[in-house]
Amino acid sequence: MRGFIKGLLRRRRGAWEMLATILIALGVFMLMQPFWMVAFTYSFVVTLTGTVMFIIVSHFPE
Amino acid sequence: MSIKKPVEHIAKATPPSIARRVRGLSDRAIAWLFVGPSIVLLLAVNIFPLIWTINLSFTNFKANRLRDAEYIGLRNYERILTDADTWQSMQATAHFLFWTIFFQVLIGFALAYLINKKFKGNDLWTTIIVLPMMLSPAVVGNFWTFLYQPQIGLFNYVVQFFTGVEASSFSMIGSVTLAPWAIVIVDTWMWTPFVMLICLAGLRSIPDSIYEAAECDRASKWRQFWTLTVPMVLPFLMLAVLFRGIENFKMFDLVVQLTGGGPGSTTLLTSIDLKREAFEKWRTGYASAYAVILFVTVFGLASIYVKALNKVKER
Repeated sequence: MRGFIKGLLRRRRGAWEMLATILIALGVFMLMQPFWMVAFTYSFVVTLTGTVMFIIVSHFPE
Repeated sequence: MSIKKPVEHIAKATPPSIARRVRGLSDRAIAWLFVGPSIVLLLAVNIFPLIWTINLSFTNFKANRLRDAEYIGLRNYERILTDADTWQSMQATAHFLFWTIFFQVLIGFALAYLINKKFKGNDLWTTIIVLPMMLSPAVVGNFWTFLYQPQIGLFNYVVQFFTGVEASSFSMIGSVTLAPWAIVIVDTWMWTPFVMLICLAGLRSIPDSIYEAAECDRASKWRQFWTLTVPMVLPFLMLAVLFRGIENFKMFDLVVQLTGGGPGSTTLLTSIDLKREAFEKWRTGYASAYAVILFVTVFGLASIYVKALNKVKER
């Protein structure tokens, strides 16, 4: 966990890609889950943030 | 001589100024000359419609009305993401997506594994198994509608034969609980051969020497399967899941032909819902916002999936 946070602070690609991946997966889950309407409402914002982040951080150094 | 004549004629017909100009071009310029038309086509067919759709998603534009569209900001997105019916169709899509991919991977891999074993009539069986994939979705939807008929449908009689449930007592496409499974069965029937072919390519790419070495080390068949076959076929399997996932997220024709989104809205997948908004209710701006939401979702999923695929390939 400490390595992951260090990676985020040092703008390392791996850590940021992991964060973006988690956001996309969370967003898609929120979009398609049958339990909570509020999660569905905010799903697009989460997915969009993750996707844009993924595109940006894929240009960061390894 | 007769072949040479037209060539000479063309050479003479080419204006010397053009010939000189082409001869004077750098390699990079010639490369751009070749790539240019493809880039222009890509921009015109893919990029421009995408940007236009994003633009329309912020308006109340209706394609059947001539008046100018007004910018309404994020209101379309707000309406979609607070609509219970849209939420329902997202859940129907999730059900369809999850179960079709699950069954297709399971059965497709099993079939590929069997077909990979050398036996008599191997090629004939491959051809027979692949047949459903070659049919048009409209045709498949139509004849499965007949197969699902409670009175005359073969499917109900097969179920009766195995389970003892009266054939005419249930309707696969008329029941709220069975209809989502009816479309899963048909899609699995149609597209499992595709997954099988990709898995078969993966299985055939594994050299026999690896298995021979494993047998020398006294590895059991079970162990060979889990430590050799599965890891080496995994990139192919993941590719198949990517293709089928994207395709099934956009699934339209087969389901429209089978159930038309019904009964009620139990099989109303997002693509069908989107089509209704765009071309039945003519809410073009709203439908554009809907399309953008689906696009971002598929794009995001495909991005993380391709990353995972690359990691598996590196191993």
